[in-house]
Amino acid sequence: MSIVNRIAVVIPAYNEEESIAAVVNEVNRVSRETGLDLTPVVVNDCSTDRTREIISQLNCVALNLPINLGIGGAVQTGFKYALLNGFDYAVQIDGDGQHPPAQIPLLYNAIQQNNWDVAIGSRFITNEGFQSTFMRRVGIAYFQWLIRLLTGRTVKDATSGMRMFNRKTLALFYRYYPDEYPEPEAVILFSKNNLRFGEVPVQMNERMGGVSSIRSFGTVYYMFKVTLAIIFSYLRK
Amino acid sequence: MARIQIIAIITSFLFLLQVAYFIHRGRLREEYAFIWIISTGVLLFFSFWRDGLETMAKIMGVYAPPNLVFMGAIFAVLVYLLHLSVTVSKLQQQNKTLAQEHALLQRIVEAKEKRHE
Repeated sequence: MSIVNRIAVVIPAYNEEESIAAVVNEVNRVSRETGLDLTPVVVNDCSTDRTREIISQLNCVALNLPINLGIGGAVQTGFKYALLNGFDYAVQIDGDGQHPPAQIPLLYNAIQQNNWDVAIGSRFITNEGFQSTFMRRVGIAYFQWLIRLLTGRTVKDATSGMRMFNRKTLALFYRYYPDEYPEPEAVILFSKNNLRFGEVPVQMNERMGGVSSIRSFGTVYYMFKVTLAIIFSYLRK
Repeated sequence: MARIQIIAIITSFLFLLQVAYFIHRGRLREEYAFIWIISTGVLLFFSFWRDGLETMAKIMGVYAPPNLVFMGAIFAVLVYLLHLSVTVSKLQQQNKTLAQEHALLQRIVEAKEKRHE
């Protein structure tokens, strides 16, 4: 292939001082070893720990938000950066080490071969790697059902935050990207905007540090909020 | 005119003056002042028309006139709270865009500074 596609690796980070350096270094290592042109773009979501200081020393693009926007607002910042700076693709991975950067080439190959707009990394196609807890899998099965009901498409891992997007999708996200728990709602957006998307089997790890944004107390709120968001996204023109 | 009517009229006028003062000093946007002026207008209207409440209650089939006051007031508060929720949502959206633009611009500035060093 003659043209080397530039890929922005958007890594949202909120208080990830324990894991962020390892994630960024791993992205750079994968870039060197595979020949993919990967640029880590770390979006520091107004962390209160040493995240800002750490990422300023790393070989990455550091974007520091002046106020805490939450995961959706943070990754959207990275997508905007990728779009405005001429990247061909953006891939989102978590800053806590859940998504091994070594899996990025799998997403890239799938998006290229199938001519997709979006590739979603899924844990539940080959069922390898960290499979999450039982309750979370119940929630994921529920989203799978709800999304199939509304779009007719089966997405086995709608909560997966490991995704790759082309510029067409980034332009869409520039205008709108959900704030809180954006992943399942974004699948509705793909469908409504007639984007070509599909799932790719990937393996994930358990997080290295930090805590999930979805904790026991917030589970009910999470399910309710995401259900509402999915339905209203579907109804919106 | 009953004493309570005079008190109510004076209070309403003072309230209206306060709202006007806030608008004049630019501390209250007109769009928000609107609802306060209307509410005060309703208060004034019923201060002058003493039997108004009872008449309205009878027309609407409310057994005890004070209940009409509570119903009207609570409804007005709910509508206003909804309006505020919409306003807060809009502000949050604008705030988010500003913060993102800030981060992106900061990156450009820092990159330029590095090049000059």
